[in-house]
Amino acid sequence: MNQYRGIFTEGLWGNNVVFTQMLALCPLMAVTTTATNGLGMGLATTGVLLASNMLIAGCRNFITPDVRIPVFVLLIASLVTLADMAINAWLHELYKVLGLFIPLIVVNCAVLGRAEAFASKQPVQAAAVDGLAMGLGYTLALILIGGCREILGSATLFAHASLLLGDSFAFLETTLIPQYKGFLLMLLPPGGFLVLGFLLAGKRALERRAQQRKTRLAMNPNPAAGQTAAL
Amino acid sequence: MNLLAIFKPEHRQTLHYQVVLLGGVALLTSAVMGIADRLTRTDIANRQLEDLQATLQQVVPTGSYDNDLVRDTVTIQDGERRVLVYRARKAGQVQAVSYQVNAPGYGNTAMVVIIGVDRNGTLLGTRVISHNETPGLGDKIELSKSDWILGFTGRSLTNPPPEKWGVKKDGGVFDQFTGATITPRAVVKAVKGGLEFFTAHRAALLDEAGTVAGAKE
Repeated sequence: MNQYRGIFTEGLWGNNVVFTQMLALCPLMAVTTTATNGLGMGLATTGVLLASNMLIAGCRNFITPDVRIPVFVLLIASLVTLADMAINAWLHELYKVLGLFIPLIVVNCAVLGRAEAFASKQPVQAAAVDGLAMGLGYTLALILIGGCREILGSATLFAHASLLLGDSFAFLETTLIPQYKGFLLMLLPPGGFLVLGFLLAGKRALERRAQQRKTRLAMNPNPAAGQTAAL
Repeated sequence: MNLLAIFKPEHRQTLHYQVVLLGGVALLTSAVMGIADRLTRTDIANRQLEDLQATLQQVVPTGSYDNDLVRDTVTIQDGERRVLVYRARKAGQVQAVSYQVNAPGYGNTAMVVIIGVDRNGTLLGTRVISHNETPGLGDKIELSKSDWILGFTGRSLTNPPPEKWGVKKDGGVFDQFTGATITPRAVVKAVKGGLEFFTAHRAALLDEAGTVAGAKE
């Protein structure tokens, strides 16, 4: 159980696809003009990542190192195509919102990256947890960046969320400043790079602070303990 | 059985195994794709037809026709372009037609506009179906962003007269947007081109070639 928890926190934070591995930035820049788009892309990617990790972990004993890359590419591309056709045929309302993003998952190097770095060496359950955690970590990053760009660019948050999640989620749609003229740059590609840069810097700063606290605790545990008690 | 021996772990390093593995995976995934395509094809076609119907309903009001608009089509050659026209009939007579017009948008990107025209050449509705205009500036041509596009309804080539078919900056009657003139100018030009197409091909569009010829006899 503890092993899975470790995999999970790695995917969500410690080894986050976007903020640590710096992968999958191409679809990220393209879709994160709103938080809702980010959520949609994140969920679709999570589904494919989960399925591809499980499939590849399941066949890992048959796949030899020499031909693994083309085999992985074939499996992932097929999964994405299947998802695309199934959603188009049977969940068409969702397809109108997500349709643009699903083919983009093929170019998401994070999916191949996880197949190569994790699923090809681990049992199916662990690979499933890893796929889910990495996908959710990616979703989190997309919502964060999409949310920042949306707030700065058009002063709304989760606009059109009810199109993606159904009418019961209409409460998510907020307009922060009515009649806001919009900071257009944030909706254009440069805005994506700017927001990503600031968020990366923020994560590094948090991690450095945590590291410093850890070394301080290791050197002199008592004052820190007193501080926590006081809080 | 000899064939299956290749799957034993000690044979994994042979060239045969690699070939069979890669070929097998390719064959298997292609088969799955083929089956999935067969399973989803009719559903996807139906969904696309519904989407088309929903779009056409926006530019040709429901109730003004009694035929299956989506299936009553005619292709008209206009210069180098082939235009697919949907015809709305009531009691057999064409009441309105709908077709796509293309316009180069900002930076010469593709922009597709669909218009509905009644038999007198008056616009029933106009919608931009796809475009690559700048979000926040040029995208006010979408109905979800602004109702600018509704300003075309009821217009024709005589209302306003052709020389007034332009944005206000060019001496026309249509509003431009703050910071974006090229986009509305392109839409106005496209819609005007669509109306000129109607005038040029009126008889063919309204399926009246026979009746007109008959009346002359």
